[in-house]
Amino acid sequence: MIELINVSKSYQQGAPALSNVSITIEDGEFVFIVGDSGSGKSTLIKLLLKELNPTEGIITINDKNLKNLRNRNIAKLRREIGVVFQDFRLLKDRSVYDNVAIAQKVIGESGRNIKVNVSKMLTLVGLSGKYRSFPKELSGGEQQRVAIARALVNKPSILLADEPTGNLDPKNSWEIMKLLDKVNAQGTTVVVVTHNLEIVEAMKKRTIIMKKGHVISDRKGDYKYENA
Amino acid sequence: MKTLRTIAFSINQGFRNIKRNLMFSLASVSTICACIFLIGMFYAIIENFQYIVDNAQKQVGITVFFDEGISKKNIKKIGERIKEREEVDSITFISAEDAWEDFKDNYFGDSPELAEGFKDDNPLINSESYEIFLNNLEKEDEFVDYVKGLAGVRKVNYSEKTSTTITDFGRLLGYVSIGIIGILLAVGIFLISNTVMIGIAVRKEEIKIMKLTGATNFFVRSPFIVEGVVIGLIGAFIPLVVIYLIYKKAVVYILGRFQGLSKLVVFLPARDVFMVLIPMALAIGAGIGLVGSYISIRKHLKV
Repeated sequence: MIELINVSKSYQQGAPALSNVSITIEDGEFVFIVGDSGSGKSTLIKLLLKELNPTEGIITINDKNLKNLRNRNIAKLRREIGVVFQDFRLLKDRSVYDNVAIAQKVIGESGRNIKVNVSKMLTLVGLSGKYRSFPKELSGGEQQRVAIARALVNKPSILLADEPTGNLDPKNSWEIMKLLDKVNAQGTTVVVVTHNLEIVEAMKKRTIIMKKGHVISDRKGDYKYENA
Repeated sequence: MKTLRTIAFSINQGFRNIKRNLMFSLASVSTICACIFLIGMFYAIIENFQYIVDNAQKQVGITVFFDEGISKKNIKKIGERIKEREEVDSITFISAEDAWEDFKDNYFGDSPELAEGFKDDNPLINSESYEIFLNNLEKEDEFVDYVKGLAGVRKVNYSEKTSTTITDFGRLLGYVSIGIIGILLAVGIFLISNTVMIGIAVRKEEIKIMKLTGATNFFVRSPFIVEGVVIGLIGAFIPLVVIYLIYKKAVVYILGRFQGLSKLVVFLPARDVFMVLIPMALAIGAGIGLVGSYISIRKHLKV
């Protein structure tokens, strides 16, 4: 479960990126977070990954208060969270297999388990035939699938996706969303930050709308474009 | 088991990083090679200079003469008092007969018949003395004052100028060597941390991905440390071989070319120099690699 209680984040200059945000996301939920640029969506993702610390408020993930986590425990927390970015962030000089396997090596998994788990994940995202390819040999959609496989291979309970379709055409965007829905159906909590309102409308999931660092709407299944 | 796997991964990844970034690795190795070559050459030269100075120090003797008519017992007592001093390297009693024999050899060597006139009348009868060599010429003044104050001592011969020159030269050499080695080390660490930083900048994305997928700082840092230390050790090994070959050739060349200097200039055997230089260079190489990579990666761990 993800819980934010009265969370604010201010940088040294400018207006606060987040002001007094309180959100609760239950295990197994699928949640969209939408909003314009500067609404605080990316700051929210960074706070959940403990890349940043809140100026005020409490963030709890899977019953862990993020405030006092030490380095080693930050690493453990991140093993419970998979993350996908708009720009895929794949290692260009590694094969598809190695890009996914790196997440397993990080947690000290054995070579044999890595082979099994990476193969399963590549099958799940539909890339089992391309495990030897390098990122530049793949389409944008395929690269994002590799990123999703990497995010899921350690079996995290939460998947954070920061603009996962931002660099993709509509067809590939839909395929990625279907994949995320499938992952959610298997029990993983999925939080998607997106600009793609068409997909948000069509998928009828819980949608949190943010504006200038505030949550202005939090509704389930009835998102309409004019809400934003 | 996981710890073992992490260590194995770090070592493996460290070597793969070297291979993957071959140009950066070569640049780092070359930088360390250049630094350690300079440090090593400088060390070998300084050590030999120091050895020559030490030898020269040991050849500057002090002669102590006694009051006329002093008893053997008192001479022995003076000798014992001198031996107690820790700066004394060696002390030899020169009897009047020894002094005369030495004098004869030096001055009447070519016409021994001239010395026959003194056969039964040793002109150096009052020239019994102690010949003393110090292990530290810096203490010569203090020592001479001490000996002059001993009862029964008539005169102390010593060369103040020679000892001061040698001592000053030795001291200057010490300061210069510490200064130059210090500068070379600082330059080495600066160059290496820059080179490693470039290497790390290339892999910034990889570090970030590893951190976000749950890697500990140890896990991220250790391949870079392995890489730095390996590069450092290779960078130390190459100049050691080069210096060894140069040293061997240089000693043979100098001794062959300038035979007249052979009594004055004594080289340390290569074994003596390299017994210190090998561990020193390897430690410096590994140390530079370790410190350089540690410093460079620190800020990238803040993800």
